[in-house]
Amino acid sequence: MSKGILYDATQCIGCKQCEQACATENGLPYDDLIADQQITSAHKYTAILIKDDKFMRKLCMNCDDPACASVCPVGAMKKTALGPVTYDKGRCMGCRYCMAACPFGVPKYEWEKAVPGVRKCIMCSKRVAQGKQTACAEICPTGATKFGDREQLLEEAKKRIHDNPGKYLPHIFGETEVGGTSVMLLSSVPFNLFGFRTDLTERALPMYTYQVLSRIPDFVPLFGTMLGGIYWITHRREDVAEAEAQENEQKGGER
Amino acid sequence: MTVPRIRFTFWKAIFLFIMAAGVYCTFLRFFRGLGASTNLSDQFPWGLWIGFDVMCGVMLAAGGFTLTAAVEIFNIKRFHSIVRPTILTAFLGYLLVCAALMYDLGLPWNIWHPLVMRNPHSVMFEVAWCVMLYTTVLALEFSPIVLEHFQLKRALKIVRSVMVVFVILGVLLSTLHQSSLGTLYLIMPNKLHPFWWSPLLPVFFFVSAIAVGLAMTIFESSMSSKYFGRELELPILRDLGRVLVVVLALYGILRFEDLYHRGVLNLVLVSSYQQRFFLLEIFLSVAAPLGLLLIPKVRESAQGLYLAAVLTLLGFVTNRLNVTITGVENAGAHYTPKWTEVVITAMFVALGFAIFGLVARYLPIFPEEKVHIPALSEPEARFAEVVVPVHAGD
Ligand code: SF4
Ligand code: SF4
Ligand code: SF4
Repeated sequence: MSKGILYDATQCIGCKQCEQACATENGLPYDDLIADQQITSAHKYTAILIKDDKFMRKLCMNCDDPACASVCPVGAMKKTALGPVTYDKGRCMGCRYCMAACPFGVPKYEWEKAVPGVRKCIMCSKRVAQGKQTACAEICPTGATKFGDREQLLEEAKKRIHDNPGKYLPHIFGETEVGGTSVMLLSSVPFNLFGFRTDLTERALPMYTYQVLSRIPDFVPLFGTMLGGIYWITHRREDVAEAEAQENEQKGGER
Repeated sequence: MTVPRIRFTFWKAIFLFIMAAGVYCTFLRFFRGLGASTNLSDQFPWGLWIGFDVMCGVMLAAGGFTLTAAVEIFNIKRFHSIVRPTILTAFLGYLLVCAALMYDLGLPWNIWHPLVMRNPHSVMFEVAWCVMLYTTVLALEFSPIVLEHFQLKRALKIVRSVMVVFVILGVLLSTLHQSSLGTLYLIMPNKLHPFWWSPLLPVFFFVSAIAVGLAMTIFESSMSSKYFGRELELPILRDLGRVLVVVLALYGILRFEDLYHRGVLNLVLVSSYQQRFFLLEIFLSVAAPLGLLLIPKVRESAQGLYLAAVLTLLGFVTNRLNVTITGVENAGAHYTPKWTEVVITAMFVALGFAIFGLVARYLPIFPEEKVHIPALSEPEARFAEVVVPVHAGD
């Protein structure tokens, strides 16, 4: 069953222990300066965003049908059955289409490196494969970041909204956005306050391209035949002329 | 007769200057990385090299497939004499696009990965294969020119006998990847500004590639008559001009209908950063050239055709840059290319012109009897210089 993460901003206390745990888990640097950066980057896969007394968490949404994986020409980005969207630098050629295509602006690039790679939260794919929680969920002292089966987390999120009228926005960010995501967010204040787009389509983004790409195998034989046919028709006169020339030649030979 | 010679050395100096700067920027790119040599960022992962070198590069090379289709498949014989230069441009164009891609890719040594690592759901994967195969096809379409030069008659005969297959393959592959460059952006419905994001993007890219193919052929013929002392095939260019009118009109109507049906036509009247670039694009790519070509006097004259062609080219270059840069700036981030990016791009453009000039000089890409090589002798050269205005005037 597909796993997921539910982040409930109303339970978050902004301790940033998830940031720290993520850095440790992924071998990233972490200090007070990095802790103050309220954006994700090549060396920071998750960030706690603070607006007055409200919090929000930014990390890869690990989409159910991810744009990044669909556009990657070499399959370096992959959606695993368990939920995480992983990245394999050994395959990557650095075209950065994943960055251009991601609707949340998640993948970051190691611009300064001689051998750069794409960097993003991979939902602790190794830990999840071993049946463990993600590092950020495991460390969270309040349960604001919770790991579990996506379906169950979704039910729980709906229940929380239902049981606490007025506490939450009636919107689970990630339930339907771009076809649904493994990571889901709950908040009491509008998501766009933290730079999240609220006008995202509910369609899985890869469908937009698939609509066109899936026609190509049908298109090729049709168009090829059409071109060949046009050639055949427009060159009829030359064929006739050639045949006549040959005939004349043969007649000449007979004589 | 000193004038053309001074001009020649002047261009040579500019060329050498661009190349020297280009070599330095190449060093910066490969030894200091993308961060030091570009203004690209996490918010703006694709810039000038994708927007111009790749997108416009492929588009400007569209004359190759447009003209081969017209001559070889539709059997329009009177265009025959201008096919070779367009094949040369296309072949050079694609080689330069591939070279430019090596600069833009973060891990260029992995450029061959799509050969063995497949993701058929990726448009980029399809484009990579098409571009690779089409460059090979272009090499084969170009080969008779080389074989002729070295008088390799047997090889020439073999190549000629299978040429139809390559021509059809070339048109097919071009249709696929010219449109697919538009499909690349279909996955960004929320990122790309509604002026440019449309489910019809692949169609727009394909139709505009044909328009650019025609405009590029007119441009090229005018240029080579100027610099290689070729006779200008004005009647042919007039025909091309007419086709261009139809294609531009179709494109314009299609764009209008698309904006109308998506309900964003009203945005055209609201002043904004994107609106200004959109209006500029529509003016250059459709309104101005169409307006010019609809005037019979302009359509019949060499200068008129040349001007309309140049406007069309500028217009669609603006279009590609709008899709790749202006339209994406919608998402908040801004991007202006770094000087190093501009130099590299200039280097590829300069290389394109220079190699075209060299090849045109040494290989039979123009029909023999019409060539007047300016370097031959002074009177010949003068003749070549005079031919242009005389023809241009009528
Ligand atoms: S949020 Fe972006 S990077 Fe993460 S899985 Fe979705 S498309 Fe990929
Ligand atoms: S940058 Fe790498 S991971 Fe991203 S789309 Fe390109 S090849 Fe795939
Ligand atoms: S899931 Fe893992 S990689 Fe992603 S933010 Fe949490 S700790 Fe970091």
